[in-house]
Amino acid sequence: MTFEQLAFYFFASVAILAAAMVVTVRNPVRAALFLILTFFAVACIWMMLEAEFLAIVLILVYVGAVMVLFLFVVMMLDIDFDQLREGFAETLPIGATVAVLVLLQLVIVLTSGPFELEQVAAPVPAAADYGNTHQLGLLIYTYYVYPFELAAVMLVLAMIAAIVLTLRDRTGTRSQKPHEQTQVKRKDRVRLVKMNAEKKN
Amino acid sequence: MNHILNMQVATPEIFIFSMACLILMIDLYTHDRLPLLSYWLTQATLVAGIYLGLGGMGTEPVTTFNGMFIHDGMSVVVKLAIMLFTLIGLVYSRQYILDRGMYRGEYYVLVLIAVLGMMVMTSASHFLSLYLGLELLSLSLYTLVAINRDSDTAVEAAMKYFVLGAVASGMLLYGMSLMYGVTGSLDIKTISAAIQGMQSDDVMLMLGLIFIVVGLGFKLGVVPFHMWIPDIYQGAPTSVVLFIATAPKLAAFAMVIRLLVDGFQSIAVNWSDMLVILAVLSMALGNIVAIAQANFKRMLAYSAISHMGYFLLGIISANPNGYSASLFYMIIYAFTGLAAFGLILLMSRSGFEAENISDYRGLNREHPWYAFMIALVMFSMAGLPPTVGFYAKLSVIQALVDVNMISLAVIAVLLAVIGAFYYLRIVKTMYFDAPEAERTITTGLDARVLVSLNAVMLLAVMPWIGTIMDLCMSAIQSMG
Amino acid sequence: MPEFILSILSIFPDWLQVVLASLIKIIAIVAPLMLAVAYLTFAERKIIGYMQIRVGPNRVGPRGWLQPIADAFKLLLKEIVVPARSNKYLFVLAPILAIGPSLAAWAVIPFSDTLVLSDIDASLLYILAMTSMGVYGIIIAGWASNSKYAFLSAMRAAAQIVAYEIAMGFALVGVLMAAGSLNLGAIVNAQAGGLFSWYWLPLLPLFVVYFISGVAETNRAPFDVAEGESEIVAGFHVEYSGMTFAVFFLAEYANMILIAMLTALMFLGGWMSPLGFWSDVPLLGDGIHWLLLKTSAMLFFFLWFRATFPRYRYDQIMRLGWKVFIPVTLIWIVVMGVAMFLTPWGHLFH
Repeated sequence: MTFEQLAFYFFASVAILAAAMVVTVRNPVRAALFLILTFFAVACIWMMLEAEFLAIVLILVYVGAVMVLFLFVVMMLDIDFDQLREGFAETLPIGATVAVLVLLQLVIVLTSGPFELEQVAAPVPAAADYGNTHQLGLLIYTYYVYPFELAAVMLVLAMIAAIVLTLRDRTGTRSQKPHEQTQVKRKDRVRLVKMNAEKKN
Repeated sequence: MNHILNMQVATPEIFIFSMACLILMIDLYTHDRLPLLSYWLTQATLVAGIYLGLGGMGTEPVTTFNGMFIHDGMSVVVKLAIMLFTLIGLVYSRQYILDRGMYRGEYYVLVLIAVLGMMVMTSASHFLSLYLGLELLSLSLYTLVAINRDSDTAVEAAMKYFVLGAVASGMLLYGMSLMYGVTGSLDIKTISAAIQGMQSDDVMLMLGLIFIVVGLGFKLGVVPFHMWIPDIYQGAPTSVVLFIATAPKLAAFAMVIRLLVDGFQSIAVNWSDMLVILAVLSMALGNIVAIAQANFKRMLAYSAISHMGYFLLGIISANPNGYSASLFYMIIYAFTGLAAFGLILLMSRSGFEAENISDYRGLNREHPWYAFMIALVMFSMAGLPPTVGFYAKLSVIQALVDVNMISLAVIAVLLAVIGAFYYLRIVKTMYFDAPEAERTITTGLDARVLVSLNAVMLLAVMPWIGTIMDLCMSAIQSMG
Repeated sequence: MPEFILSILSIFPDWLQVVLASLIKIIAIVAPLMLAVAYLTFAERKIIGYMQIRVGPNRVGPRGWLQPIADAFKLLLKEIVVPARSNKYLFVLAPILAIGPSLAAWAVIPFSDTLVLSDIDASLLYILAMTSMGVYGIIIAGWASNSKYAFLSAMRAAAQIVAYEIAMGFALVGVLMAAGSLNLGAIVNAQAGGLFSWYWLPLLPLFVVYFISGVAETNRAPFDVAEGESEIVAGFHVEYSGMTFAVFFLAEYANMILIAMLTALMFLGGWMSPLGFWSDVPLLGDGIHWLLLKTSAMLFFFLWFRATFPRYRYDQIMRLGWKVFIPVTLIWIVVMGVAMFLTPWGHLFH
């Protein structure tokens, strides 16, 4: 067994075990943490496939940002685990059947026809100075520029939609308004009143 | 610049999106001082977009963005219609939006992005751009339906729309991925060439086709994939329904053409069989269930389902004649729908939705002109001569007769007769029932004039009906 | 690597040689780093002391020089207290997760033209990915401690770091646009030519945003709401003691040095001499000493900030990140892009 195979089996088994833990572990925070581990292991596998840009972006985006927010939400929620587990026994057979079917399909597809190991040769290792970040950038900004820009429009749209549906101008809150505070002039707050001295009576 | 990026033909799209971004920013700073500015800017954008689109008339088909964008006669005509109908729809709905506190700059930005999505769909010659355009449209529409989020019915409608829309997108994507598996390409031209010699016993190909047709069925809202339509029409704000019922129908036409005709013309036998079932079910269910409705908007929803069935008749005939009849049908239907919802908006006012049929009792006594307008629209929807609706139905049925599908044509005519019943019931309610309450019309003059013009055109455009048909025909013939 | 080490290594089998050689290189980076961390804490206490007209630590060793060593021993010998009903594994794992990424990021830092552990093509992305993972240590520590204060701190840290990461990322986009590469060595080499060809000048807004975001990202004053000793009594590490606490401490200071060094590399010309024209004169020419000098200068700013500014309020931090830094960086990227491709002033950014 070469070092490469060893590394692959290590990362692959970590990914599978962690993924299994995501769905079996009781505590949602732990489940989220195992999901992060899964992402990490998958990123390592991608790295071994010389897809370093995808691997790093997976870590940067999913591990570094998405899962942080996910944990944020999960930690804040007060989830009743027992309620979640209700009906687990009834749905288990159906879920298990579906899972086994999907697994079978995958096995059949991967062991037959065009996906066999003999058919798909291992890629030729790229030269040491080859970076697929550069290649990916070139392709995205030339050949696929139209769908890429459309996807960007879609993100803008999703952002607008989320803000439109959730932002409410609430009146009567007691939040501070720093810009108003800093713009206060003396005359807004203090009124100098000229008064004659009062006489003693 | 680069020779592979001839972006000139995409000028209207680029312009509309740039303006959407600009309006978003301008609205942020001027919302309090100049509340109507974003409305006028949106209208100006659409007018300029139509102007830019007109510049592309009559040119040869061009593809750009590495074959992901196609500019041809069909796309120009459909895009112009989309922009024009959106523009008119926005005029009708301005007062309604203001009255119900829905007026926000984002409303118009969402509409503009939806228009962009429709235009992208119309010009798509690649599964990627088609799908992205579709999602741009859908995502904007989900948001628009829910924009009045304090209304329970609107939120429920948005939720249903979103879930079923996601299912539909999933179906479409699954079909596309199977097609990719069969042909190894996402480019519609390449796919069309690759399946040229294939037979209908190719399981993967047929499965892919079935999923694509199901996805299209969901998006068009034909039976049995119609469940979302009545709830959306009834629950969503009328101004949004007006939008959903008009311009996106044209985009849906373009999507059908791009996928079924551009992509799978060589297996037309197979998909036209599937469409026959969908069309018959839609015409039957739409026309029969509409009779039982007491809510005007819900009735129009079932009417929309049946209209989609009639629209499919032209596609079923699977020849350019039929496609142009379908395009003509769609344009006429969208135009009639525009007037129908425009009149509902006109009758509504702050705190009152004129959405029940009973709200129109005896309208003739107080507002004979608008009663007449509604009657005209109903005649056109029912397809009674001498309105344009008649010619629309005539042309699709003619297309069927041309390819010897006589029995289907007979069914279509019979169901149209049944359908005439509930349209005429509205007319009866307006003219022969006693009025219940006082009605005042608060909508602005521009909308009143425009909606009158819109309704009158259903009759007055008759001398030029041939020109419009020729336009549709040349649009279909000049496809790349 | 020196000859004699290679000769010692040659007695091992091939695969072990690679592993050992890498280990030696890693130790050669981490050991000085740990020493630097120790003396950074000492420098911090001294500098802030002088700024506040105090003397600072001066009892252990000559002029207090052995103070950090004494502190290290003290922390090593103290008991690790695991709070009741806390999540034990995660509680212990948290400090490791905090220090892991902050050390891993050093793998791609070039110290000079040739001195770099791993010269990968996308090193800038790698750094960004590693620094973004550091927050897990804090979040998990806050959650596993089973304490309200620690939990509040974890929430604050999560929101803050996500916000500032975006601005930081955009600042780096500007750098990579100017340098045309994601490789840190190439970025430094693109700044050749003396003080005024370094990126701090053409990318001034990005330089400022990057450094301030770096301060926020490391949870240092004035952005130390995650610690907030006056409100939430030291926040996420309130329950930690002894070695586990020391590891958090190490991670924070290692991150500070990392950010300072990255700022020096990306905006201050790295190992380049500011006097581009005297490159032949020893010590005035390019060399690692310049990098260390620049890093120290940036570190001084970290300490200066802490001595000078009061802590930001939480909503002010969010406002600064989302409403000031992100627009500033975005606008500058657009300005750069337009200038580089549409106007004749593009050379200013190259």
